[in-house]
Amino acid sequence: MSVPQYRKVAALALVAGLGFSLTACSTKSDDDTSKSAGGKTVITVDCQPDGSQKDLLKNWNDDVAAFEKENPDVTIKSVSVGQQCDNPPDFTARLTGGTMTDVFYGYMTDLQQVLDSGQAMDISQYVSKDTIPTWDSVDPALKAVFTDDNKVYAVPTKNYSMGLLYNKTLFTKAGLDVANPPKTWADVRAAAKKISALGGGVAGYSEYSAGNTGGWHFTAELYSQGGQILSADNKKADFNNAQGKQVLQNLKDMRYGDNSMGSRQLLQWGDLLTNAAGGKVGMFVGAPDATTAIVQTFQGKYDEWAMAPLPGQDGAAKGTLGGGEGYFFRKDLTPEQVKAGLKWIAFEKLTPGKGQFDYARAKPQNQPVGLPQPLLFANGSDAQKQEVDLRKANQNLPTENFALFEATPVPIKGEPANAQAIYAVLDSAMSGVLTNPNANIDELLKTAETKTNQLLASNK
Amino acid sequence: MATMTSVPETSRKPLSGAYGKATRTRRGRKMRDNLTGYAFLIGAIFCFALFSWFPMIRGIVMSFQHTKRGVTSWVGFDNYVRIVQDPSFWTAWKNTAYFTVLALVFGYVLPFVVAILLNELRHAKGYLRILVYLPVILPPASALFLFKYYAYDPSDAGLFNAILKFLHLPTSEWMQSPGMTMPAMVLASTWMNMGSAVLVYLAALQNIPGELYEAAELDGAGLLRRIWNVTIPQTRLILALLAMLQIVATMQVFIEPLILANGAGTQDSATTVAYLIYQHGFFQNDLNGAAALGVIMLLVLAAFSAVYVRLTTKQD
Repeated sequence: MSVPQYRKVAALALVAGLGFSLTACSTKSDDDTSKSAGGKTVITVDCQPDGSQKDLLKNWNDDVAAFEKENPDVTIKSVSVGQQCDNPPDFTARLTGGTMTDVFYGYMTDLQQVLDSGQAMDISQYVSKDTIPTWDSVDPALKAVFTDDNKVYAVPTKNYSMGLLYNKTLFTKAGLDVANPPKTWADVRAAAKKISALGGGVAGYSEYSAGNTGGWHFTAELYSQGGQILSADNKKADFNNAQGKQVLQNLKDMRYGDNSMGSRQLLQWGDLLTNAAGGKVGMFVGAPDATTAIVQTFQGKYDEWAMAPLPGQDGAAKGTLGGGEGYFFRKDLTPEQVKAGLKWIAFEKLTPGKGQFDYARAKPQNQPVGLPQPLLFANGSDAQKQEVDLRKANQNLPTENFALFEATPVPIKGEPANAQAIYAVLDSAMSGVLTNPNANIDELLKTAETKTNQLLASNK
Repeated sequence: MATMTSVPETSRKPLSGAYGKATRTRRGRKMRDNLTGYAFLIGAIFCFALFSWFPMIRGIVMSFQHTKRGVTSWVGFDNYVRIVQDPSFWTAWKNTAYFTVLALVFGYVLPFVVAILLNELRHAKGYLRILVYLPVILPPASALFLFKYYAYDPSDAGLFNAILKFLHLPTSEWMQSPGMTMPAMVLASTWMNMGSAVLVYLAALQNIPGELYEAAELDGAGLLRRIWNVTIPQTRLILALLAMLQIVATMQVFIEPLILANGAGTQDSATTVAYLIYQHGFFQNDLNGAAALGVIMLLVLAAFSAVYVRLTTKQD
């Protein structure tokens, strides 16, 4: 073959190849087969544990197999989106790109952006005792979080409230009473001072200030002061006041007044928990399952950690932050798919003795059993009684470490509207007091207030 | 000479009737001859269209829209007004400009100096070239994590602080200190990226005819004089090109604040325009605002590019 002919053939092959690729791209992604295959209803579900979580992944896959056996007309296709199923920027990218699974995981704070994306289905007509047998036992407050304009958009599958986690070993070394943890922010400051005096790079108290987690904790600590992030009508920021200033002042006093918060700041989720697992953190604000992450992801020990209620300024905390997660449904699903999705969630997340509540299976795997979380079912409901009985029968961690937290309930307040966006704004105020000894708290709050108000205005 | 013997194009034109047909035939042949070229171009054009032009156009369109509850409406310049009113807007531009200037001073000059030094070496040139280029091989995220956790650790255990302490110099909180955020980012960025620029400069330096240096030496020019009067004029175009590329690249600085400062850093001290776009788009659920800021950035970068094109065209 002469050179020009050879070139022509190569060019033709290239054009043909491109044509085929284009055709492949433009082909509708087996839409119909994804909804039903061989008479079966097919649904994709995300938040499958990833490969590094071997036991959890095996449990999930076993559950899928068991569910499909029980429901031979349904096929579950699992998708893993990483250990942190909802890393905000990833979540937003997937949501915007329209690549969410049929049934997708999200935080309680995500409702607004999921609605704005126009991708969520109103599942009010489908969600009932018929599809989720324990639905009537689910805490109504949690259902309300995923409800907008009387329409239900997601099923809650986990919730938490925040308290003060403290390292018992460091408490003992610092001469503090592990049975009598700090009750006020002044107590926290005094204890942090003693713990950091142990040296070795130990932070008496540690705090987030990046990756939205700073704003998240600012909110919890503001609630402990009796404050709120937004006005009652959700139209204005409401943290640039005495309570907001007190939150930042407490942190500034510990960071620069006492030097009891360690030198490394701009911490986000994994940073703080890594330090905590390494025995470098005396206290931090968190939910009970922070200990799970400390143990399972960052190789810490359950025995070392105990939990107290969130401290208040002069006495008990006036409130604490509650949050959680759930599963949304894509709006283009068929009724069969929605029903199949609800059944799966009921099986995996809302049935005592199964899925996430299969404590008998979790116990020998050294998964934590006995944490006061998730508090999905309403007090006194049948499902709650069953879940608590099973938990007690299989507990494998020192539940007395959480007894004080459980016995001293603090009023729980939900996360504000547009929470993730506001948390990003408030990170700046938190990082300000934790990295700048001359930070002007008034200015920090004023700036955050302006940005939040602008953000709220743009979201109208 | 060829120009003296060649027949002028006009005199080769066929006479009337046959003219049109011949032109068509020639054009047809030209088309056929170039068909292969066009076919090969399709791939590149398709990729550019899909991954560069379409997102750009889509971004411009989105910057004039607002999406709420899945419903998109046209809002004129509202997104632009809103984004300019963002309290971080001017901070981000100020930080970006500061980073660009610092990167230009250090990240632009340093590779040139290193290239000249390497070019002057008689021994171990190859090994040193590899050494200079090694950081470029490291994935940027890995290199930045190295800086974050080992070099910029604000405690005395951090690499740089340990060195400073050893030298009895004051230590720094690096990324946690608002004043040090940008210089620290530029330092890491320069270390990561200078290898490529050094290689380009080296190639340019090696193309300078040796006689020019010999002539300069005979005229009594010292090292600095030779650099000023021979090296710089001879590498002028490469210098201009790299300056332009450097400005365009550094103005889009993103991964450095994202990793080194966990985002915005201390009180927005690490917020750059590209990071602000990311923040609006992916943290504030404000893709339209992010698109507006992206368009503003595009215009600024286009203006820089236009100035560059104009300058280099004039020089040529």
